[in-house]
Amino acid sequence: MRYGWFLLLLLPFLLAPFPFYLTLLNFFALSGLVALSLYVLTGLAGMTSFAQAAFMGMGAYATALLTVKAGLSPWFGLAAGLALSLLLALVLGGLTVRLKGHFLPLSTIAWQVALYILAGNLVGLTGGHTGLTDLPPLVLLGFPLDNAFRYGLLSLLVLVLAVLALHNLRFSRLGRALLALRGDALAAASFGVDPAALRLKAFLLAGAMAGLAGFLYAHFLRFVNPTPFSLEASIKYLVMAVAGGVGTIPGVLLGAALFTGLEDWLKDLLPLLLGRQGNYETIAYGLVLAGILLLAPQGLFPLLARFLPRKEGSLPRAEPLPLPAPSGARGEVVLEAQGLRKAFGGLLAVNGVFFALRRGEILALIGPNGAGKSTTFNLLTGAIPPDGGRVFLFGKEITGLPPHRIHPLGLGRTFQHPHLFPELSVLENAALGTYARTRAGFSRVLLGLHGEEEARALATAYRALKRVGLEGLALEPAARLTAGQQRLLEIARLLASGAEVLLLDEPAAGLRAGEKRELARLLKALAREGYTVLIVDHDMDLIMGLADRVVVMNYGEKIAEGTPEEVQRNPLVRAAYLGEAA
Amino acid sequence: MDATILGFLLLDALQNGVIYGLLAVAMVLVFAVTRVILVPIGELMMFAPLSLVWLQGGKLPGTLGLALALGALWALLERGRGRGLPLLGGVGLLLLFLLARGSPALAYPAAIFLVVYLGVASYRVFFQPLREATVLAYLIMAVGLHVAYQGLGLVFFGPEQYRPEPLLSGEVLAGLSWQGVLVLLFALLAVGGLYLFFRLSLFGKALLAAAENRLGARLCGIRPEEAGMVAFAIASLLAALAGLLLAPLINAAYFMGFMLGLKGFVAAILGGLLSYPVAFLGALLVGLFESFTSFYASAYKEALVFLLLVPALFFQSLRARAVEE
Repeated sequence: MRYGWFLLLLLPFLLAPFPFYLTLLNFFALSGLVALSLYVLTGLAGMTSFAQAAFMGMGAYATALLTVKAGLSPWFGLAAGLALSLLLALVLGGLTVRLKGHFLPLSTIAWQVALYILAGNLVGLTGGHTGLTDLPPLVLLGFPLDNAFRYGLLSLLVLVLAVLALHNLRFSRLGRALLALRGDALAAASFGVDPAALRLKAFLLAGAMAGLAGFLYAHFLRFVNPTPFSLEASIKYLVMAVAGGVGTIPGVLLGAALFTGLEDWLKDLLPLLLGRQGNYETIAYGLVLAGILLLAPQGLFPLLARFLPRKEGSLPRAEPLPLPAPSGARGEVVLEAQGLRKAFGGLLAVNGVFFALRRGEILALIGPNGAGKSTTFNLLTGAIPPDGGRVFLFGKEITGLPPHRIHPLGLGRTFQHPHLFPELSVLENAALGTYARTRAGFSRVLLGLHGEEEARALATAYRALKRVGLEGLALEPAARLTAGQQRLLEIARLLASGAEVLLLDEPAAGLRAGEKRELARLLKALAREGYTVLIVDHDMDLIMGLADRVVVMNYGEKIAEGTPEEVQRNPLVRAAYLGEAA
Repeated sequence: MDATILGFLLLDALQNGVIYGLLAVAMVLVFAVTRVILVPIGELMMFAPLSLVWLQGGKLPGTLGLALALGALWALLERGRGRGLPLLGGVGLLLLFLLARGSPALAYPAAIFLVVYLGVASYRVFFQPLREATVLAYLIMAVGLHVAYQGLGLVFFGPEQYRPEPLLSGEVLAGLSWQGVLVLLFALLAVGGLYLFFRLSLFGKALLAAAENRLGARLCGIRPEEAGMVAFAIASLLAALAGLLLAPLINAAYFMGFMLGLKGFVAAILGGLLSYPVAFLGALLVGLFESFTSFYASAYKEALVFLLLVPALFFQSLRARAVEE
């Protein structure tokens, strides 16, 4: 099915009699490549770049300088161009991926402008605005690619390979992780995704793709000057991607095709209409962008896709990943908090909390609103660093570690408000849980060598869905689930992760009575199998019937600990809950 | 370098720095209240003096048509009494422009009113309907508006540079014109005025509250849409005034606003897009850096300014945690 993209390679044969359209076809393929780089950034990773043209410029100038000035083979130029774009991406991304989302795009604007000015002013190196001419043609298998027909075959082949590679990326652990990161970085990190590192890698991939496009561009025109690598050009590529639909591969290609045609037409038409020469097409870009964002924020392709036949997914049949059965003696301490302390400004949210979680037990953390339960929870999972105190997991200190480092050690969590990804299927949501148990990196995924591991990851997720009774909805988008089903999906995701210590933040909130009983049965069964559960909830009936032990907090401090019966009798607890005089 | 040149460079740095500072403060304000990064502020800034030149020449500028068209869309988007503001504003703007063609005294207020009206209408038409959108969507929209307005600026005013008559002519001393003094005074007044506005007026406090916590502000009866419009109005007003005062010194043209705005950004980023005083100090630093790089490497001065981003981003990166709930 997806190999149908190779049909694009027939286009040069169809257009062979029309040299003008062959040229446009090449421009389409190259724009498509850059637009695809924005699919990675914006569609998958939820970032964006206004410097994709600058990355192209890196690829173009590197090969131009090496071939024209040093007389080297263009393939050296390609290597140098990719290296330069990666270097630029590393600097730009390295500085900003840890910051809030808008710093990266803002700084890409600045760097784009700066590099454009440099390209125009470093006359001795780049030839200034006149540029560098007479680049040699690419020679492939003895054929010089010196006309638009031959070149079109190459540029379209590269485009199709890029499409297939990105398709692999989308349906892989990395694609899921990127989408998760876009939607909710904390949820992604809680399953072992290192947000900064993954964002940086996506940025590097996008930079390299644009650099490759720049290399191809330079050897197609066999001439480089700064103009095609300006901020306006970067914005043009973003307009393409956003207008077509930046969330899908066919969408960005649709945008690239539309705008490659439109640009040519606008460049002829607008100066005629306005009676003056100038870059008037930018007005159209700006207005189209505004219009799309206002009227069809998902872009044009999703509107078309409604009329296309929907592809039915299939359920995984592969062997699940080996599930390490929880091992170790029952009753040994798996998670321990020692004097945890956290203040928000003047508010001491958690003040010196001690407790230990023992293997195979269900420990409940309860307390009135504002008692510091959720903060304690976030301190244990690494979502926020403590001001004082220490946390040990399986005897290893994890104090202050970020969530993505804690999770692989065997601790998983759910969220008070389910952190799911509504546009992904239920199965894919659960499969995010397997991220830390799978290994395929970018190169393996892009080359499509991750198939077996991916099938097993999905099978693992499916097995976890069966466990919570959601297997019938596996292929539905998660947006269709009821509140109770969302909670179960979070637990399925946790089970798919293979974590032995399960931290559940108000798992029964919003559940109906029957669903609560189901949940209690599931949790008890898990505890019997050797999983360890820490549960925060308000539902006293549930907690008292479920928990082996209870820790009660009030005003940031632990006021009681013991079996449900003991804490129910404790006068301090009664005072905290009912306001009785202690 | 001797003392005279040093003096020139410092004066130049101060004059440019305060302009970047005003733009940075305007951007921080708009970002805090609306999450919009106001990329087209440079265009708004240039529209003021260029419209002024057109009016002084007895012509109606194309920006008037743009403002009225957006005003009409604004009125269409509003319901009931809300239409009064765009309609009255639009009629007033048109009348002011028709009158100002004959009387140069009215040209300044007309140009200022035009830019403020255009700024608020842009917010209402392009940003407010996106409402709960991500910062990214706002940013893409802002960049789209920047290229559209810049292209329209070329259509309206052509590629030439214009030099409106300065309000005050002559030089105080070599290198410092009276107009330059006016720019500095205005910057001081604007910063002081903003400070008093936020400290003393209820509306200013409401705006700060909306910036701090949107939901909380809404619960207190502050409408975020209104706060957004006021933020855009203040930013446009600052941009218009700065543009009008600066134009006689730099020869305004349709494309010049962007670089000025971008340097305002660099300053705003130095302040983490959060702090007004740090953004303003950052702007003075940008001015200083630019002034000295233009002395040593003038061809690259526009590019070198962005180098300041490296340490700024680096330090903020060290402080940041990658995950936020």
